[in-house]
Formats: sequence, structure tokens, C-alpha cells
Amino acid sequence: MSRNELDARCMLCPMPVIRTQEKVEKLRVGDTLTILCTDPGAIHDIPAWCRVNGHEVLGVQQKDEEITIHLRVGEE
Amino acid sequence: MSEPRKAVALISGGLDSLLAAKVIQEQGIHVEGINFYTGFCVEGHTHAIRKKDKAKPKRNNALWVAEQLGIKLHIIDIIEEYKDVVINPKHGYGANLNPCLDCKVFMVQKARQWIEKKDFDFIITGEVIGQRPMSQRKDTLPVISRDSGANELLLRPLCAKNLEPSKPELEGWVDRDRLYGFEGRTRKPQMALAASFGFEDYAQPAGGCCFLTDKQYSHKLADLWKARGERRYELDDIMLLKVGRHIRPRPNFKMIIGREEGENRFLQGYRKQYTHMLTISHKGPLVLIDGETSQGDLDLAAQITARFSQGRHADKVDVEVHTRDGKSQSLQVQPMAGEAIPGDWYL
Repeated sequence: MSRNELDARCMLCPMPVIRTQEKVEKLRVGDTLTILCTDPGAIHDIPAWCRVNGHEVLGVQQKDEEITIHLRVGEE
Repeated sequence: MSEPRKAVALISGGLDSLLAAKVIQEQGIHVEGINFYTGFCVEGHTHAIRKKDKAKPKRNNALWVAEQLGIKLHIIDIIEEYKDVVINPKHGYGANLNPCLDCKVFMVQKARQWIEKKDFDFIITGEVIGQRPMSQRKDTLPVISRDSGANELLLRPLCAKNLEPSKPELEGWVDRDRLYGFEGRTRKPQMALAASFGFEDYAQPAGGCCFLTDKQYSHKLADLWKARGERRYELDDIMLLKVGRHIRPRPNFKMIIGREEGENRFLQGYRKQYTHMLTISHKGPLVLIDGETSQGDLDLAAQITARFSQGRHADKVDVEVHTRDGKSQSLQVQPMAGEAIPGDWYL
């Protein structure tokens, strides 16, 4: 199981979601990914993308303008 | 038991694509959604940038639709490939710089490539004859099927009964009797169908989901092409057209003026790429200068910048200018009077 990070700061939605999708496609089931972003839309969009595509959101944190989202890759 | 047939639905996030996918799902077909990001999508951008909009709820409607349907959604970045659609539309533009027919052909073509790769059986769209003046007419729907190469693999569940049967209907994968014959601009049949499925909250149809259908946005894009002497753009260009007040005082340069804190913060991300200026003696906007400028141009731009600061009624305003070569200078200027800025400078 690998731990991975994606820097999607300064990107506007849906780009953080698209980059997350591209990154997850290269990962294995059970791998984790931490996404850093600044678009507040990502707080809703990345967890929504995880729910419809079967990935688990482990946590969402916001500090000032920066948002951190942790996910675990689910079954295809 | 045999595997169910598989369809991909083009999901814009609006009501029609939601219903089209639902109608086919109800027939036992496995449906997944696909959503294309062109860079011109209205979805969310201005909300993300403007501070005054931050309190408004934000959601990606395509993802929301996928959640309502319980289907997977694949969001595809087509920014680079889409440039040719915008710059060289085979079927021309609509009322503004919206290449709606070429856009639909392109998206269905991408969906066709996607189903070939993923081994899906057919494509669904929420198109309705007569719904849109350019891309959804009786004579243009067959053009989309033909030019995209999807042909009989493209099924429009909401108006299928007004069209020749598609392969999914002919092969009995879907029951044509359980499809619809919607036509025209009225939304009542769609709303009734939504109610029958129990959908109460859905994106309201408005001016479309693309900035290119917007008159003012198209005007700014046309101005950009004219100023550059060629029809090309990068993603940053089209993002900046969505932000700030755009003023072109001279043919060789344009000003992009932040209108509030959120826009100023967004424009700050472009400081290294553009000559920019800001007022020092008074609170004011961050201004990007797009184009090559002389000292006289910078003096003029500083007067306009001062006009949009809190020092607009002051005798003098201090403005700091940073050029792309890393140099900076301070200017003291008299703010230009609002009425002295000709209306045709505003883009």
C-alpha cells in the first residue's frame, strides 16, 4: 500500500477532480492519496467524485485558504 | 444470466442528461457517465474566484447528477483538443463564438472513442429536437450522429420516437415503446418526467453551461484574437476572460482590473507573467497589463487604475508598477475621471 500526494493548489474546479482521477487511475486498491487544493469547490467535488466512483474519503481539513483531502483507493 | 448491455451517458449536469440516463437505467442497462471539461464551462469558476459569491452553495452538477443516478462519472480534460473546435468550427458559430454543433459532434466523437476503449455498447445524450437553435434541430441531430462516427450507436432517449430507430432499439437492447418523443423548447414534459422519477432538485436550465454562449465573454475573446493578430488561446487566457473588469485604452494593451478581494487574489497568481500595477497610497485593485507598453501607456494605465481605487476623488494617487522584466517604478498620478473613460474602452 503506498501513500501518495497531489498538489492541486491554484487550480479551479473541476481541474483538482480531473487530476485526482488521473492520479487514482495509476494507483492500486488500498493506496492512499492526499490532495492539496485551494478551490473551495473541491471540498464538495472530490468527496462526491469519490462516492460515485467507489473510493473512501478518509478526511477533509481546511486551514485558511488551503484544503487537504485524504482518500483511499477503492475497487474499480 | 448474460451481462447487461452497457451505455455511456454524456452528463452535462442539466435536467435532460439526467433524465436520458435514468430512462435507460430503468431498462436494466448498465450506465456510466462522462463529462467533458473544455475550459469554457461555467460550472463553479466565478464562484471560486469572487469573494462575494463564496457564501453561495457550490456543487459540480455533473457529479451531483451521477450521485442521484448512482452511476460512475468520468470527467475528461479536453482543453487542448477543444481549441480546434473553437478556432475552426466546420459548421460555424451560433449567436456568439459558440460552436455548438461542432462541440456536440466533438463530444460524441470522444464518447465513441471511449466506448470502443472500454467495451461499452452505445452512447446516450439528453438531446431534444428543437431544444437548442443550432445543435438540437431535426436537421442537425443526424449531422451529429454522422460526423461523430457514432451513427446508429447514438441513442437520444428523450426524443427517440421522433427519430429513426438506433441500433439499441433495433437489436432489442432497449424497448423503443419506453422512450420518449419530446420536441421543442418547452420544458414541461421533462419536468413531468422528473417528477415521475421523484427528482425535485435539479439544475435549472438557464443560459447554457458554456461561457462561449455569453455575448460579453465572446466579445472579450474576439478582442483577444484581434489584438494578437491570430486566433489562438491558452487556458490562462480564457480563465482571465472570466475575471475582472477588462478595459482596452489602446490597441496595444489591455487592463484586467480586479473588482473585489477574491478577484485580486486570483490575479495575484499571474503577477510574474504580466506587467501589473497597484495603488499604494489608497486601497485599490490589482491590475494586470496584457500587451507591450510604452511609458506613456503605463502613465495612462496608472491613471485608470487610480480611478478604480479608493483614491478616485483624491488629487494624487501613488501607483506602483512592476514590469515583466522584474523592474519596478512608482508613479504619482491624478485619477482619471469616470466619465473620461470612453464606453468603448470597456470590453
